[in-house]
Amino acid sequence: MGRTTTTVPGAGAAHDRPVGWRRFVYATNHKDIGTLYLLFALCASLVGTALSIFIRLELHEPGLQFFTNPQYYNVVVTAHGLVMIFFVLMPALIGGFGNWMVPLMIGAPDMAFPRLNNLSFWLLVASFTMFISSAFFGGAPGTTGAGTGWTLYPLLSTKGHPGPSVDFVILALHLAGASSILGAINFITTILNMRAPGMTMHKMPLYVWSILITATMLVLALPVLAGAVTMLLVDRNFGATFFDPQGGGDPLLFQHLFWFFGHPEVYIMILPAFGIISTVIATFSRKPIFGYLGMVYAMVSIGLIGFVVWAHHMYTVGLAADVQAYFVAASLVIAVPTGIKIFSWIATMWGGSIEFRTPMLWAIGFIFLFTVGGVTGVMLANAGVDRVLQDTYFVVAHFHYVLSLGAVFGIFAGWYYWFPKMTGYMLSETIGHVHFWVTFIGVNILFFPQHFLGLAGMPRRVADYPDAFEGWNYVSSIGAYVAVLGALIFFFGLAEAFYRKRHAPDNPWGEGATTLEWTLSSPPPFHQFEVLPRIK
Amino acid sequence: MAEAEPSRHEYQLVEPSPWPIRGGISALLLASGLLIWIYQLIWPAWIVFALGVLGVAGTMVGWWREVVREGEAHEHTPVVQLSLRYGMILFICSEVMFFVAWFWAYFNTALFPADGQQIIRDQVIGGQWPPQGIVTSNPWELPLLMTVILLSSAGTVTWAHHSLLKNNRRGLKIGLICTVLLGTAFTCVQAYEFLTAPFNYGGNVYGGIFFMATGFHGAHVIIGTIFLTVCLGRAFAGQFTPQEHLGLIFAAWYWHFVDVVWLFLFAFVYVWGT
Repeated sequence: MGRTTTTVPGAGAAHDRPVGWRRFVYATNHKDIGTLYLLFALCASLVGTALSIFIRLELHEPGLQFFTNPQYYNVVVTAHGLVMIFFVLMPALIGGFGNWMVPLMIGAPDMAFPRLNNLSFWLLVASFTMFISSAFFGGAPGTTGAGTGWTLYPLLSTKGHPGPSVDFVILALHLAGASSILGAINFITTILNMRAPGMTMHKMPLYVWSILITATMLVLALPVLAGAVTMLLVDRNFGATFFDPQGGGDPLLFQHLFWFFGHPEVYIMILPAFGIISTVIATFSRKPIFGYLGMVYAMVSIGLIGFVVWAHHMYTVGLAADVQAYFVAASLVIAVPTGIKIFSWIATMWGGSIEFRTPMLWAIGFIFLFTVGGVTGVMLANAGVDRVLQDTYFVVAHFHYVLSLGAVFGIFAGWYYWFPKMTGYMLSETIGHVHFWVTFIGVNILFFPQHFLGLAGMPRRVADYPDAFEGWNYVSSIGAYVAVLGALIFFFGLAEAFYRKRHAPDNPWGEGATTLEWTLSSPPPFHQFEVLPRIK
Repeated sequence: MAEAEPSRHEYQLVEPSPWPIRGGISALLLASGLLIWIYQLIWPAWIVFALGVLGVAGTMVGWWREVVREGEAHEHTPVVQLSLRYGMILFICSEVMFFVAWFWAYFNTALFPADGQQIIRDQVIGGQWPPQGIVTSNPWELPLLMTVILLSSAGTVTWAHHSLLKNNRRGLKIGLICTVLLGTAFTCVQAYEFLTAPFNYGGNVYGGIFFMATGFHGAHVIIGTIFLTVCLGRAFAGQFTPQEHLGLIFAAWYWHFVDVVWLFLFAFVYVWGT
């Protein structure tokens, strides 16, 4: 058997560093596990992006070009959503950056449960395997794959898909859910129990707060999804009738349960990005964040209120008017703490010494574009408006602005900010700037026209459309190809950094970078903070 | 200002471990095996599922045995013990939310049996709860017995814990034996109840929700009973001190959680729902 560890001569057991494949497969080091998650998210992003290109290629012109059976278009749309949410955004923001940076930022040597951390990662790999498998099994009669939308509503997902495909998706969600719940337990325990001496909760970096709130939401929301998809499983295979009216069931029950999870889920995706943006804006304004407590409690409010607004995804199902009125009010309320954050980021930059390094471009882009997505969200929160816009491209434009132009910009901001710390190499500023601008232009050309399509009445999840929608669809598809060019530039930049090997100092960003990871070497030692830092 | 002594951390760093990947592979075998079995995709259809069950069980045994060894080797410093407490509490919170989904399903129909908008469902259920044509069992027979069994078992596990706190190891063992026996008795009574229920699992929403909610609860009773049996074995092996016995505390917490879920089931499904 090969060696598992190598010992630094003269050092104690704590300096043993694992070598070989066991270092990563049996990993118990939060930095290695974070790397695994980031590489996983990178690979999954290739799949998710390819799926989105298939969509835009089909919608480039009216008529059915590639998907002669439109059910396969539905399968691609479903896969695009599930892959991006569960295998790209969450692994990158929470599993990747969370694992890497939370222990460093609180001055801890690792996570509270290092082995459980690794289990979370391998469960995600198992989940992705189940999900990919779903494409190869029967779905709707005569086709393969699950073409239900990522929301899996019955009865399309029960009676409408008699083959095993949807069952593979259900079990993939179980595994991903378990992965995230265990990871969330790990993060909450680590953050509550392992902060360095002197680091009170109100001295924690905002990114750590964002992960704490996100993890709490995961623990509370994901089990409800598990229950909902288990009901789907037994309806499909064991004769239960949770959602079948013929047996006394209620299809709306699934929608309630799904969105009780689903709405917190979208805040789960954006809150870590908020944390990254706060970190980057403060660093490159050389000023502490404006209104730290306001930022903290804005995130707490978003997390709490996020649990009581779910039915704004269900305005067209026939809920009572009073019920809809409540959800309108509650959904509008969430705009307030979110607005506090936007204004606080701007106030942070005001009077600061701004340096437009690549991470800062992504962060400023985020503030502008997330705000656009946020205001269309406020529009959709109104049930009367949503009566017309539900299931149109206006909704698609809204959530892609907050996700593709919000969460994804947050990921790139974090990537460019922390890459030197994680790898020890500097990325090229020039390539980074080109990547940003090409992507910025591309995704705006891609998604902005979709507002017009939605207002004009183009439905979502359709493989073909009336000729009247041709113009903006053509423009939108061009934007997609430009965005892909941006992605290629990104990968080129990665390769260039590893080729050039420009060594990164402990802190490449200057006095604005005040969190603890910048006190360590780039990359950090295998075990850090064996002596705990004291925080004043 | 005098500088305090720099503190070496007392957290638990763990050597690279094969259990997570074994758990991940076992979970994949379990999940895919379930579908292979349902859809009869290979022959014998159950083989992958069985491998998955063995893998998951083996991973649990191997991993938790390692944790117990680490605890006995004093790697669980006070701060690590606190982490373990947080972890167990958060895990139980996630389980509570899982049952919230099933109770939601129950109340969704039980509170609004005559919806007005869902015409087919109203016709099938008959605008009442329990639905028309469903004969429910008497809650004051078997279900009451099950309630008494579980509440007693909560008492016996508390007795076991307090005995240990007073270093009364005989009380610890007898208390745990009683709890395990009561837990097993609950499961046997529930199995009998399931087999003799006057309604089916499939084809009707009452049966579906009843068996899934009480069934998942019953599964958690079995899990809790196994957890307590492991504690019993460790008690006989001389483990657990009056000062350090987190395994027993966690088993007791889990058992109380199971008990509380039952009380909700008894009150709302059995008594109110009849």
